Amino acid sequence: MSHRTFFFVVLGLVLVSLGLTKAIENEYYFFAGYVILQYIVLATAWNILGGFTGYVNFGSAGFFAAGAYTTVAVVKWVDLPLLALIPLSGIVCGLIGLATGYLTLRLRGVYFAIATLALAIVLETIIANWEHVGGAAGAFVIRPKEVMFFDSYVEFLFWTMSLLAAIAVFAARYIQHSRFGRGLAAIRDDEGVAESMGVPTLKLKLMSTTISGALMGLAGAPFVYYVTYIDPPSAFNLEYAVNAVAMPMIGGPTSWLGPVIGAVLLGGAQQIATVTISSELNLLIVGIMLVVFVIVAPDGIVGLVRRLFSKDPRA
Amino acid sequence: MANSLHIENVVAGYGAARVLDGVSISVSAGETVGLLGTNGNGKSTLIKCIMGMVQPTAGTIRVEDDGRSVDLVGQTPEQVVESGIVLVPEGRRLFPDLTVGENMMLGAYRRTARADVERNRALCFDAFPVLKERQNQLAGSMSGGEQQMLAIARALMSSPKILIVDEPSVGLAPILVGRMMTKIKELKDQYGLTVLMAEQNFHQASRIVDRAYVIVGGRIAFEGKSAEELRNNELVKQYYLGGEA
Repeated sequence: MSHRTFFFVVLGLVLVSLGLTKAIENEYYFFAGYVILQYIVLATAWNILGGFTGYVNFGSAGFFAAGAYTTVAVVKWVDLPLLALIPLSGIVCGLIGLATGYLTLRLRGVYFAIATLALAIVLETIIANWEHVGGAAGAFVIRPKEVMFFDSYVEFLFWTMSLLAAIAVFAARYIQHSRFGRGLAAIRDDEGVAESMGVPTLKLKLMSTTISGALMGLAGAPFVYYVTYIDPPSAFNLEYAVNAVAMPMIGGPTSWLGPVIGAVLLGGAQQIATVTISSELNLLIVGIMLVVFVIVAPDGIVGLVRRLFSKDPRA
Repeated sequence: MANSLHIENVVAGYGAARVLDGVSISVSAGETVGLLGTNGNGKSTLIKCIMGMVQPTAGTIRVEDDGRSVDLVGQTPEQVVESGIVLVPEGRRLFPDLTVGENMMLGAYRRTARADVERNRALCFDAFPVLKERQNQLAGSMSGGEQQMLAIARALMSSPKILIVDEPSVGLAPILVGRMMTKIKELKDQYGLTVLMAEQNFHQASRIVDRAYVIVGGRIAFEGKSAEELRNNELVKQYYLGGEA
C-alpha cells in the first residue's frame, strides 16, 4: 500500500471515530477507547526508538508526564484551547528527547535503559517541586463547559486521541519504509558496521529519540483534561513505562503494526479487567502476557503471523 | 580517479593499552597493498583509525583526491565514507536480519552514492550473479562465501575510490579464499580501485598484492616492494612459512 493510500485509510478511520461519537450514546466506551488510543500513540512512539532503532527506553512515563505537565503549565499561564496545547507538548517532549539523546546515546544496551529510567525520576522530582504546576499536591484543570460540535468533552477527547493515533501510526509506517528507517534498522542490527557504511548513526539516533519523545508528549498532552486532576505519581505512573515496552514487544517490534496490535490487545484486556475484576490487576496481566509472548512468539504477533502464513524471508 | 592514502607515524590504542606505535604506510593510486600480520599486531586498529572509528593520539592520515589533500584524523566514519573510502569489515559483519537487497541499499547510504544506486546495483549483480537470485533472502541465512560476496558488494554500492578489506579469508574454505582474492583483483582492475587489504593468509594475499607491509607489535617491521621480495624475507619466513629466524 502506498503512503498516499494509507493516508486515506487513516483519514477514513479518524472520520469513522468522529461518526462513532454521534452513533454511540454510552459515554463509557469513549472513556475506555481513549485509553486504548493513547496507548497506540505511546507504544508507537516507543517503538520508533525501541523497535526500529534497538534502544530500549524505560522512561516513557517521564515523556508522557512531561507532555501532560506542559499542558498544565501553559494552561495555568494562558488559557489556550487543547488543540493548540497539544503541539506545544510535542515540541517540549521532542526537545527533551533530543537532549536525552545527546546525553545518553553513547551508552548502549542496558546502560541506555538505565539512563532513561533515571531521566523519568529526575523529571518527576522537578515536577514535584514546581509550585506553578501544583508540585507534589497536584493540580486541578477545569474542562471547558462546552466544546463545539461534540455532545460531551469526553467524546471530544476520544476523537482528539484518535487523530493523534492516526498521526503517530502514519509517521511510524512512513519511517519504517523510508531511507531513514533503513538506517535505523542497520543501527539495530549492527551499529559498528552501520557506521562504517557511512550511515550517520549519531544523527539518526538523535532524530529517532526526538521523534519518539515528541510523539510520547502528544500522547500525554490531553491527559490532564481526561482525568481533570493530575499529580506526579499518577502522571509518572509505572504503568505507562511498562505498557509502552510490553505492547510493541507483544505486537511485534520490527513493524509499525506491532505496537498497534499490542496496544489494542493489551489495552483492551486491561480495560475489560478493570471493569470486570479490578484495576489493580492491570500490571499483572501485562506481566503474564509478556512472559508468554517472549517464550511463544519472540517476534511478537506480527512475527508469528509472518512465520506461519507468509513467504516473507523475515520469518 | 587518482586516489592515494598516506599514513604517517600513527599512534593509537584503547585506554592505557597502546596498540599502534608510530605506523607509517602509504597506498598509491591504483595499487593493491597488503597489510600482513598475525592476530593482535594492530591491523584492525589501523583500519579503524583510517575509518574514523578509533581516533589516533598522534600522527596523520591523509587521502589525496585528484590533487586535493584531505586530513582524515578527527573525521567521523560517515565523513570518511563520504570521501570515498569504504571498509569491508572483518568477519563480513552483514546486517543478518535484513535482506540481501536491503544490505546493499545500506551500502549506498551516503549522499553521493545515492545517485548511482541503479548502476552500482547492476554492476554488483554482474560481479556476483548469486546475489541477484538471493535479493529477497535474509543475509544471515546465506553461506559464508555468499556473505563475503555480499559484504564486498555492499561496499561497492558506495562508489568507493579506496577499498579497505579487513581479513577477507576469515571463516572461509581455502578454495573460496582463493576465489575471493581473484575476485577482489578483478574488481580492482575493472573499477580502477585503490585497495588496502589486511590479511593473515600470506600465501593467498601475496598472489594479488603489488607490495605489502608486515606489521609486528604495532610497528611496521618490514616493507616488501614486491610479492617476490616478501617471500624471500626472513621475517615473513619466520611468521608465515615456518622458517628459522
